[in-house]
Amino acid sequence: MEAFTVVESVLVPLDRANVDTDAIIPKQFLKTLSRQGLGQYLFYDWRYREQESHMVPNPGFILNQDPYRNGRILLTRENFGCGSSREHAPWALADYGIRAIVAPGFAEIFANNCVQNGILLVSLYEADVEGLFRKTAAMKGLSARIDLAEQILRTGDGQVYPFHMDPSVKHKLLHGLDDIQVTLQYQEDIRAYEAGRRLQMPWLFRET
Amino acid sequence: MAGQTLYDKLWMQHKVFAERDGRTLLYIDRHLLHEVTSPQAFSGLRNAGRKVWRRDANIATADHNVPTTDRSAGISDPTSRLQVETLDRNCADFGIEEFGMMDPRQGIVHVIAPEQGLTLPGMTVVCGDSHTATHGALGALAFGIGTTEVEHVLATQCLWARKSKSMRVWIDGELFPGVGAKDLVLAIIGRIGTAGGTGYAIEFSGPVVQNLSIEGRMTLCNMAIEAGARSGMVAVDDQTVEYLRDRPFAPDSVYWGRAVSAWRTLHSDDDAVFDRDVHLSGNQISPQVTWGTSPEMVTAIEGCVPDPKTAPDAVRRQAWENAQRYMDLTPGMPIMDIAVDRVFIGSCTNARIEDLREAARIARNGRKADSVRSVLVVPGSGLVKAQAEKEGLDEIFRQAGFEWREPGCSMCLAMNADRLEPGERCAATSNRNFEGRQGTGGRTHLVSPAMAAAAAIAGHFVDVRNWK
Ligand code: SF4
Repeated sequence: MEAFTVVESVLVPLDRANVDTDAIIPKQFLKTLSRQGLGQYLFYDWRYREQESHMVPNPGFILNQDPYRNGRILLTRENFGCGSSREHAPWALADYGIRAIVAPGFAEIFANNCVQNGILLVSLYEADVEGLFRKTAAMKGLSARIDLAEQILRTGDGQVYPFHMDPSVKHKLLHGLDDIQVTLQYQEDIRAYEAGRRLQMPWLFRET
Repeated sequence: MAGQTLYDKLWMQHKVFAERDGRTLLYIDRHLLHEVTSPQAFSGLRNAGRKVWRRDANIATADHNVPTTDRSAGISDPTSRLQVETLDRNCADFGIEEFGMMDPRQGIVHVIAPEQGLTLPGMTVVCGDSHTATHGALGALAFGIGTTEVEHVLATQCLWARKSKSMRVWIDGELFPGVGAKDLVLAIIGRIGTAGGTGYAIEFSGPVVQNLSIEGRMTLCNMAIEAGARSGMVAVDDQTVEYLRDRPFAPDSVYWGRAVSAWRTLHSDDDAVFDRDVHLSGNQISPQVTWGTSPEMVTAIEGCVPDPKTAPDAVRRQAWENAQRYMDLTPGMPIMDIAVDRVFIGSCTNARIEDLREAARIARNGRKADSVRSVLVVPGSGLVKAQAEKEGLDEIFRQAGFEWREPGCSMCLAMNADRLEPGERCAATSNRNFEGRQGTGGRTHLVSPAMAAAAAIAGHFVDVRNWK
């Protein structure tokens, strides 16, 4: 996993609440066997129109407009990433190049999946998010710089927004850690737990 | 000290290791796999040269991509076929038991695990699927995970997690005839919103929940995720124990007595304190119909499409306007005037035997309206299908002009050939009415099995409480 330190980019305003993972990546792209290559289908139904089975960009969608085309920081509303647990959603976001998402709140499974894929989720107060939407409307192309170590988001006009972070998530993102490797350091604990459980509740184990 | 909630007990019993900041390594008793969210996890294991930690804790089935028509010819879509074959190969390579496409036990993962006794009270159950919450109906701690976590469970039998807050949803009184678990859960989501449960584990309780069958409790817990909660659960009682007796993977007579006494402890203590309490009265719940593109956009059958001007805030006003445009509905339109093009009875929310009986009760001696293009009835598993056929439900459906299909996810998410055409309107017993969920441009109204069957016959939504 790519380690996360600082990301700087235009803020891409996606002004919708409850953006679900079906909208982030529709089901026809879940048949893949790979984690790569989904960026082209990100927000498919909003981003493209189908004309005679060709994908034509929908000019009304924010990612098809300058200067937002290759934005790396998404600004959005409450409950982003709700619905299906598909990790294809963060895979598509990461593959497109999104490294951070700013919103008042995120759906839980999606949030976990983002951490696994090096995407930083920044939760700000509703009022601050509202303020950022106003600013991006007034100053097209407003940029932001997010420093994870400092836990600060700074907009191009100099305003500073500190944010909270789970320390373990922060550590993992900063170092690009692989969870399995970390967990396997607890092998002995897992085996001891398992032995106890087998004694106490043998019906949970099929092989003996 | 206050007593423990059911969630407290389940959490405590699965702690392998806890960091001082509360981050906890949880032991996973049961891991369910399906073809869509597992291929990248298995390739991750292969690339790292890792083995499966405990093979007997895993069970797999193909459900999302499988055709619901005659299967003897295999799957015609090559990418779907490859995904299903990849699961077969991965299970064979890693020694995991699989109910393959032609196995009579095959079905939607959340239907087959309880049915087989693979889900037991007191277990932690995970699956790369958000509707894993379903299994909480049996007094288990069950939640959905992503593919990287699937790989993590395969490799370590554990997951890192933080304890959620607890919410009790207490439902008093009783439900009217014709009002079921689906209406109840839609009403709950309408009350607390799709993010209302974020950060919480929900326990459903109260007289109405106690009177629900295990199937009904599964419908309820299934949609906890639609309220934002990763897990929903119901305490163990006599019904739970009876449901599990003689299931193939349930404890046999050697351990049955011991297992049952352990399960009997799985309820919240009388003096347990919840972080949030929500109360509803069952007597006030009507059959529900969603009108929008989020499950919280729901109203009673006797209601109307709401006016966005009455939305509680600007964000929701905008969302209601977008949804009504997408759904092609206008404010003030009575729900009963909405005509449907198709009907889908199926999914992990409502494709168990009890759901099919409800639909058949309405369909008996009826006939699909001419204006309705098709009515799909898709049982949740091969065993549900066999049981329904034994009871003659398939005949009732056929005579009503409904199509009787093979088990799978089908038009719940339209990954196989079953889908809506752009602009088509569907009464569906599934759990998500998101834009394009049942096919690009398709419009979904979530309802109960009885309401769906009634809409199929009337051609538009009707109140099943008045069904003759
Ligand atoms: S029936 Fe629908 S919600 Fe349930 S597992 Fe299948 S696709 Fe997911």
